[in-house]
Amino acid sequence: MSLPDPFSRVLVDGVPIDVPRGVNVVAALVAAGSLCTRRSVTGQRRFAFCGIGQCQECRVTVDGRANRLACRTICADGMTIDTGGDW
Amino acid sequence: MKSVLHIVGSGPAGLSAARTALDAGARICLIDDNHAPGGQIWRGGPARWTDARARDAWDALRDHPDCTIMQDAQVIGCGDAGTLLVETGGRGVSVPFERVVLCAGSRELALPFPGWTLPGVTGAGGLQALIKGGMPVCGRRVVVAGSGPLLLATASTALRAGAHVAAIVEHQPWSRLSAFGLGLLSRHGKKFLQAASLFAELRGIPYVTGALLVEARGEDVLRGIVVRAGGRDVEYACDFLAAGFGLVPNTDLARALRCDIVDGAVKVDGGQRTSRANIWAAGECTGIGGVDKAVTEGRIAALDALGLAPSGRDLPLRRTAHAFAALLARTFAPDASLQAMCGPETIVCRCEDVTLARLLPHRDWREAKLATRVGMGPCQGKTCGAACAFLFGWSHEDARTPIMPATARALSDFVKQGES
Amino acid sequence: MKRPDVIVVGAGIVGAACAAELQALGGDVLLVDGSIPGGGVTAAGMGHLVALDETDDELDLCLLSLARWDDYLSTMAGRAEHVRCGTLWVAQDDAQMARARVRAGRLGRRGWDAVEVSGDELARMEPALRTGLAGAVRVARDGVVFPPAVARDLADTIVALGGRTRFGTAVARVDAGAITLASGERIAAGDVVVATGTAVTRLLPDIPIFPRKGHLAITARYPRRLTHQVVSMAYGQTEGRTEAGSDALAVAANVQPRVTGQWLIGSCRQDGVQHADVDPRVLAQVLRSAIALLPCLADMKIIRSWTGMRPATYDGRPVIGRHPTLSRVWVAAGHEGLGVTTAFGTAQLLADLMLDRPASIPDAPYSPSRFAHVAA
Repeated sequence: MSLPDPFSRVLVDGVPIDVPRGVNVVAALVAAGSLCTRRSVTGQRRFAFCGIGQCQECRVTVDGRANRLACRTICADGMTIDTGGDW
Repeated sequence: MKSVLHIVGSGPAGLSAARTALDAGARICLIDDNHAPGGQIWRGGPARWTDARARDAWDALRDHPDCTIMQDAQVIGCGDAGTLLVETGGRGVSVPFERVVLCAGSRELALPFPGWTLPGVTGAGGLQALIKGGMPVCGRRVVVAGSGPLLLATASTALRAGAHVAAIVEHQPWSRLSAFGLGLLSRHGKKFLQAASLFAELRGIPYVTGALLVEARGEDVLRGIVVRAGGRDVEYACDFLAAGFGLVPNTDLARALRCDIVDGAVKVDGGQRTSRANIWAAGECTGIGGVDKAVTEGRIAALDALGLAPSGRDLPLRRTAHAFAALLARTFAPDASLQAMCGPETIVCRCEDVTLARLLPHRDWREAKLATRVGMGPCQGKTCGAACAFLFGWSHEDARTPIMPATARALSDFVKQGES
Repeated sequence: MKRPDVIVVGAGIVGAACAAELQALGGDVLLVDGSIPGGGVTAAGMGHLVALDETDDELDLCLLSLARWDDYLSTMAGRAEHVRCGTLWVAQDDAQMARARVRAGRLGRRGWDAVEVSGDELARMEPALRTGLAGAVRVARDGVVFPPAVARDLADTIVALGGRTRFGTAVARVDAGAITLASGERIAAGDVVVATGTAVTRLLPDIPIFPRKGHLAITARYPRRLTHQVVSMAYGQTEGRTEAGSDALAVAANVQPRVTGQWLIGSCRQDGVQHADVDPRVLAQVLRSAIALLPCLADMKIIRSWTGMRPATYDGRPVIGRHPTLSRVWVAAGHEGLGVTTAFGTAQLLADLMLDRPASIPDAPYSPSRFAHVAA
């Protein structure tokens, strides 16, 4: 019986990164060296703020679906995460 | 067949209510929007819990035949008097209820200051939640600032995750903090010991009091912050700033269910019953008071909902918890000087980039909304609404569907109610 | 306070447009509203500028007004958050396509460009639409605005031209040439125009205007996903619609791209519902109908829903003109879902009647006297 892989491999803006299984997408971004989830309506870089799914600052595109909350999305193998959207 | 008691929220209040109801022989349905139970204070799920009360409650609940758990289930509204509308698994599910206990918790009061929108600036509870969600901070410089005991808990979380905590910057002056300490000592001995143990853990970290946040600095990301204390401005280089000014109850679902809200909290009677006959509320959503208040109120609410009297120890426990809540409120209530943090070019509404200067000419929330788009973004005023209430005294009381953003698919599922 | 020539009661888009028109024509106007300009149903609606041709007089009023909108937007498009996105009247089957062709012909003959579009062309033009549609009519000059911004701007213009406004001031009574405020203060004028939408009947019991409830929803930002406002050919259809006043629900998909990149979604009609609460079952129907046309909507986040009570009349035409019995009292209300489109046209027609100059379009269909036989 093989042990479950303790890591998940996700793609952050096209770059693969391994993160501990069960962490959220914010964790994956920081692990990938990114501190930007989206661009504000006046073009400012933004990142997670409230951490609990209220402020909506951590919106990223997950598996092609836009406006997903990074702090509420758990990383899964093969997940693609795209940041910096202007919405 | 026993009828079901529904409970929304599986933080300390919800888990406590659930456990109590099961022990009394009821059937329960526990609905929570996170992927693991525990709410905020007990975030991270069973594997991470250190509080025995969390483990005990969960051990009683899971696998219990009378307990249904809906995890990753977001209540987004309500239908006719007795139906919750829930988005889960990408679909919309109608959940009819006879009796429900709302344990919706709280969120941080986010007060604006120059640079607060920079990547790297988070709430105090926000940084805690992010670290518990796996965000690596090992070797990073962190400053914790704002007001309230949450700052110490956040500093502790950051320290244990390997961060270098450069300073804890508390707005209240030392005189008030020592009065708080005495207040703990005189009536809340356990909490005094917890505080003392936290201070011991955090010794060596500069604890600045009577301070005001001046500015968070950086171009695209946070590089450092400037703090005014003792008449001087001091700059701290940092990668993360955890800024928290206290908590506000989550009242959206209670509002949608037409429960009375007083002073920003769900109004309840001695049995934790709201103004609606079949709806109870417990924990932070009835008033900020911490985990002990939540656990006790959860118990009382469940018992009352089942037509049972509270146990002999619950009422004095709740009285003590309320006394602690009052002490917290007296000590750490945001004062007018925090309004001065916000300059004319400081963004107040983060979703729509609306600055203070653009809000000043307006007389109320609705007028400001139509003229500037404040509160019209995805957070629908959850972040900026409390700030506008603090800065301008504006109140707004929309109870809206969906109370959190929901997919059109989920909302389109509610064609018939009372059927899942 | 100097006696105004005209008091306009109601600063929604119609009242504000009427007041601005009369002030620009040299009148001394006082615009009064119980709340803020454009804060009522004006703020709740879809803000579409659309040529609707269910009847000839409806089209007359629309085209008159849309020409005036073009003038206004030549300088104010930014402030009004205008997007000239055009309308695609989408036909799901051959019967709807036949009606779409008739619409294209009617609008085209009146100079409001409307071009028939085949199913294939439609798919290229608006990829978010589902496949298999019969086709559409593309009306390129239609657009969308944010009406509260326009109402505010018109109120500012009135003041800039020397007129007056009083907001946050409720009106309790209208008499011949005078209003009485809720405070008891009485203000006399040359004429009074009542443009209070569903509140007209409270002030003028002889003019029956009733609320027709609509549900709307708006998404988070999804820029560049939708180019045109997409409207089902079933929208505005009177044949087959249940009688005015019944509480049945009529749904017709109507989805707009806003300048922010949000999609604004409607639409539905229900009469006889008193409360303005969002009914999740009705909202679900509106969303189903929209998702059926635009499948990608299913995954898009809805951030808010709300309702609006359209001011409706039994014969579907607005009320514009002189009150049948009260002297020096005029009405401009009851525009149902076309208040924004026809605001400027209404203002022009009302000015024609008040100044006793030739009416820009035939005014008989809108006459307040047409209700004389309706029991109060």
